[in-house]
Amino acid sequence: MNKSQLIEALAKAEDLALKKAEEVVNTVFGDMEKALTRGERVEIRGFGSFKIKHYEGYQGRNPKTGEIINVASKKLPFFKVGKELKDRVDI
Amino acid sequence: MSLTKEKIIEDIYHNVGLSKAQSRKVVERVFEIVKQTLESGENLLISGFGKFIVREKAARRGRNPQTTEDLQLRARRVVVFRTSNVLRKKINEGPKS
Repeated sequence: MNKSQLIEALAKAEDLALKKAEEVVNTVFGDMEKALTRGERVEIRGFGSFKIKHYEGYQGRNPKTGEIINVASKKLPFFKVGKELKDRVDI
Repeated sequence: MSLTKEKIIEDIYHNVGLSKAQSRKVVERVFEIVKQTLESGENLLISGFGKFIVREKAARRGRNPQTTEDLQLRARRVVVFRTSNVLRKKINEGPKS
């Protein structure tokens, strides 16, 4: 499923105009994006939580050429699946 | 401060022009559709944000590192998240002033 299919499914389930459903879905993921770019956590009960993990930079090597390269430090969001979702997805 | 459903509901109430009760209902519905999709084994791709992927894990032999006891881990189905390159870039650049 992609975002436009999610918008359609929401519009149908809640009897919303497509435009409104689009604004809702964009707000949901836009809010999460904004929080994460500010370095904040996201916590949605039953679904999961996101937090930013910091990875230190390190000196690596290109395994093919042996060349030394500096890998810069980076931040990545880490998603922890919520209990309800975890249980529902598992077989 | 972490972002919660309450804050998202508040933003929808202010920006989309739905009542407070409706705002709550549609947000709950978005997450319910997402959960149903993943539950059915289908992935969810939100372009510019990331991808929620359902992965099948095979059964394997594991070990409790604390007691060193051997144990059998059954086959499982789990959800993993892959951040989109667009979001990844935004996070590393920090918020726009």
